Amino acid sequence: MTLDLKVDGQSEDRAETYAQGILGTPEDRPDGHAKVSGAATYAADDLPEGCVFGMLVRAPGHGGVTVLNEDEVRGTAGVLAVIRDPRMIRNAAQGTANAAPVQGVDQADYIGQPVALVVAETAEAAQHAAQSLRLRTDGEAGPVNPDDVEAEGEPDTMGDLDAAMADAAHALDVVYTTPSMTSAPMEPHAAVAWWEGDRLTVRSALQMLKYNRNELADSLGIDPEHVRLLAPFVGGGFGSKLGISADAVAAAIAAQELGRPVRVVQHRRQVFETVTRRSETRQRIRLAADDRGRLTGIGHESLVSNLPDEAFSEPVSQATYFAYAGAHRVIGERLARLNRPASGSVRAPGEAVGVTTFECAMDELASEVGIDPVELRLRNIPDKDPHSGLPFSSHTLARSLNEGAARFGWADRPSSPRARREGEWWIGTGMAAAFRVNMMLEAEARITLTPDGAVVETDMTDIGTGTYAILTQIAGEALGLPVDRVDVRLGDTTYPPGSGSGGSFGAATTGNAVWLAAQEIRQAIAQRMNCAESDLTLKDGTAICGNTSRAVVELLDGASLEGHGHVTGGKAFQDVRQSTFGAHFAEVAVSDVTGEVRVRRMHGTFGAGRILNEKTARSQCHGGMTWGIGMALTENMVHDRRDGHIVNRDFAEYHMAVNADVPPLDVHFLDERDPWAGPLQAKGIGELGICGAGAAVINAIHHACGVRVRDLPATPDRVLAGLE
Amino acid sequence: MRPFDYIRAEDPAAARSAAAGSNAAFLSGGTNLLDLMKLEVMAPDTVVDISRLGLDAIEDDGDGLRIGATATNSDLAADMRVRKHWPVLSRALLAGASGQLRNKATTGGNLLQRTRCPYFYDTDTPCNKRTPGEGCSAIGGETRNHAILGTSDHCIALHPSDMAVALRALDTTVEVEAADGTSKSYEMDDFYRLPGDTPHRETVLEAGDLITGVRLPAPKGDRQIYRKVRDRASYAFALVSVAAVIRMENGRIAHAALAFGGLGTKPWRDPDFDTLLTGEAPSRALFDEAADVLLGRAVSHGGDDFKIPMARRVLRAVLEEATQ
Ligand SMILES: Cc1cc2nc3c(=O)[nH]c(=O)nc-3n(C[C@H](O)[C@H](O)[C@H](O)COP(=O)(O)OP(=O)(O)OC[C@H]3O[C@@H](n4cnc5c(N)ncnc54)[C@H](O)[C@@H]3O)c2cc1C
Repeated sequence: MTLDLKVDGQSEDRAETYAQGILGTPEDRPDGHAKVSGAATYAADDLPEGCVFGMLVRAPGHGGVTVLNEDEVRGTAGVLAVIRDPRMIRNAAQGTANAAPVQGVDQADYIGQPVALVVAETAEAAQHAAQSLRLRTDGEAGPVNPDDVEAEGEPDTMGDLDAAMADAAHALDVVYTTPSMTSAPMEPHAAVAWWEGDRLTVRSALQMLKYNRNELADSLGIDPEHVRLLAPFVGGGFGSKLGISADAVAAAIAAQELGRPVRVVQHRRQVFETVTRRSETRQRIRLAADDRGRLTGIGHESLVSNLPDEAFSEPVSQATYFAYAGAHRVIGERLARLNRPASGSVRAPGEAVGVTTFECAMDELASEVGIDPVELRLRNIPDKDPHSGLPFSSHTLARSLNEGAARFGWADRPSSPRARREGEWWIGTGMAAAFRVNMMLEAEARITLTPDGAVVETDMTDIGTGTYAILTQIAGEALGLPVDRVDVRLGDTTYPPGSGSGGSFGAATTGNAVWLAAQEIRQAIAQRMNCAESDLTLKDGTAICGNTSRAVVELLDGASLEGHGHVTGGKAFQDVRQSTFGAHFAEVAVSDVTGEVRVRRMHGTFGAGRILNEKTARSQCHGGMTWGIGMALTENMVHDRRDGHIVNRDFAEYHMAVNADVPPLDVHFLDERDPWAGPLQAKGIGELGICGAGAAVINAIHHACGVRVRDLPATPDRVLAGLE
Repeated sequence: MRPFDYIRAEDPAAARSAAAGSNAAFLSGGTNLLDLMKLEVMAPDTVVDISRLGLDAIEDDGDGLRIGATATNSDLAADMRVRKHWPVLSRALLAGASGQLRNKATTGGNLLQRTRCPYFYDTDTPCNKRTPGEGCSAIGGETRNHAILGTSDHCIALHPSDMAVALRALDTTVEVEAADGTSKSYEMDDFYRLPGDTPHRETVLEAGDLITGVRLPAPKGDRQIYRKVRDRASYAFALVSVAAVIRMENGRIAHAALAFGGLGTKPWRDPDFDTLLTGEAPSRALFDEAADVLLGRAVSHGGDDFKIPMARRVLRAVLEEATQ
């Protein structure tokens, strides 16, 4: 049996009435010790008997690819094969693609495209042979700069923005740019593949196994039923592992050809090129406001890019549609087709860059109007989604702004810039609102309750976010078991298909599937107790109904009980606007000598429904805010103007925020339940922390020293240009 | 990585002769060499490990200090004598790389670390430094952190070291034992070559030449500053850095030695700059004039244009602080 739920309406908060008391508490990760002690085996860690090693080879230029010394390389000691198979993929698949991306090795659409795999007896021999393979490409670079092409797409228009701008008491028309960025998970993309007859098993670094299985099978031209994927531990993804990547497809092809297990680990420099980047954006933002700062018009038009034949287009203004009131609107993206490495989802696609720049523009407007930036937001909160007219499931922006401002100490802030100085350092504060759409996909999970406890199974992944912990808590809460009696098993396509990790939907979607599976078991226990499920209390392995109390083990009578849950997002996600909200506050110091910026403290208040685990949720917000600092100050993937190739392909030159860049980050969660978000009443938290975080920093720079940086990141030279 | 022979030398003489062959490299901390070997930017046939030769001593040398070639950057930065008398060196070291890297990185290796020019690192883009005569991809390319002093039509790669900038301001000499056993010592200025049309030859060293150490003379100025501007708070190379060693007498600058990072194809020092300051009373006008001398010779490439105004500001701030 399966307990199915299509989330069409509001759910009752059953969890509130349960007795175990472990939902929401800051439980440790059950997998934490294995991870920090090195016992957890990631994709490339555990090698099957006889495994050999593959190394991808990149295209050094554009166009038709010829290999000049294939025989020579094949003859090198230890080399087993040089594989150029038309099924190899051009770039990682987009999230939820469910089918192969563009394939082939004869034509390089971007510099860095994997066009061969060299396999050898050792990883070192494979790497050297791959470096020895000489390739020639015969093409000119196609367009590689966004300005060089006619972009596709038209914005959505409501009313007459031009007229609103002309009539406005305050009108702002500014252009912001953000560069390409990379997701840079700590674990590089890697796969180990082996065949047993026509059955393929691949252990890989992936976020969404149910889709990845279809993408891999489609790439290879085989039945997905013949493919098993394993990803019990994944060392970060941030969107880059949503789709199958070149290593997995190549490893499977090579393993078939050689009849031996093959491991392919992408070199860090390859990860920069072959998995999807965050698109660069150029965003024109127009704001029309009356004399009190109430918006009458909003324009947010963006230019983004991707390779030909990629379906993804960075949804920059996804949150702009519903963020603020204002009747006259021009909102949307145009997509330039470029021969740069593919773009795709990177942590909070859309909002990460779109909310950040928009919230910078809002700060500019607040200065124009002469009101406090927090007050400007408060004056523009819509009572329904201004674009679709749909009601909000819940709206916590005002609470976030007010509680965040109080916790940060915003009230003491001087109203004008350049008001505080310590030695050569200008000190200022800035804030920004946070928005991120809330989504639910589809997921299944199974729980088997035995006398030893509960085993939870789903092919859901834990990409470092804490899935093992929260699914343990959800099952334990519903079944009245302490955390050490719940065993969560993830990352194997032989388990029921979960949602996968991405778009912040993993915890709520798969969590609700686990919840439903537990409900089914509760019903069976209630039956054995001869009471209604709603009267059943489960705690520490004991079932209680009225005056009757029995050990669950007794009720099981040596056998086990199985529950199967299946959840899908329904009308609650179509007829109601669901979003998470928050407010970021930052204090920075800006050197008057060098233009260097140091973030001194940062606070975020977030509303995301029920917080399932206070500790892992906080870590997600710390991560997001840290990314916000990187986006504001340091991160910039540079494309060579001449051919589009990524110039800075290592961590020495691609600057993520390091410890010294990140001050203590203070995170506060609003106590909230969203009844539209499913039975757990929890919404996504994995991406909210990055949305707008960088804007708080950029706005603080302006408050500190009076310089508006509109081209991110605000590196010292850009700040200095304003100070000169 | 190309297969290579690994030799652990027992004494300096053995190391030198093992490396005298045409394509050998000394392995010290390995933090630069190994990275470059993995990418096959460098592909020596023979790697001679010098990390156990006992060249790591830091010893008094009259009023000066002799620093062994394999003394680690961490040990050197923490040395009480260095912190007291040559603080600019300690600060420059601590401004570089990360704690883990500094624990491995050595004096000799730091002096000889190669440029971080991204085209040098990318074996698919032509680079005269990597393969002489192939062309320079940086010229006309992305040049945010390239050199603006000492460049040529063949190479605009920056020397990335912080430590070497401080050593230049301290009038350090580099001590070398040649393959045939003869000892030589070089002023820093003579030790590094300008790229000219041979950018692959970065120093005067010949095959088998082993740096045994560097010699710091007694400090000539008590006001020592190292100031580094970088893209993040730690773990980034200098966009601009200034090492200043100044002595004031009766309100005048009696000794001025300034060296610059982030600007030159080698750790940069301009004698005209130092001369202009020496004997003068500090003033804003003097500092600006000195900056004109230094930066009037700069040639920037677009992406690195910002370095000129940035260097001017940093220079002014450093000189103001040092001459107060
Ligand atoms: C991510 C990263 C960030 C960094 N950031 C900075 C920074 O901010 N500032 C900075 O200054 N540096 C920085 N560095 C560079 C670091 O300082 C150098 O890698 C280090 O100093 C090199 O020393 P080593 O002993 O490891 O040299 P090795 O890698 O062992 O050797 C480097 C070269 O010197 C030669 N060599 C070594 N010793 C001798 C000798 N005694 N005689 C003759 N030849 C010799 C070797 O053959 C090789 O060619 C960074 C490095 C990395 C990887």
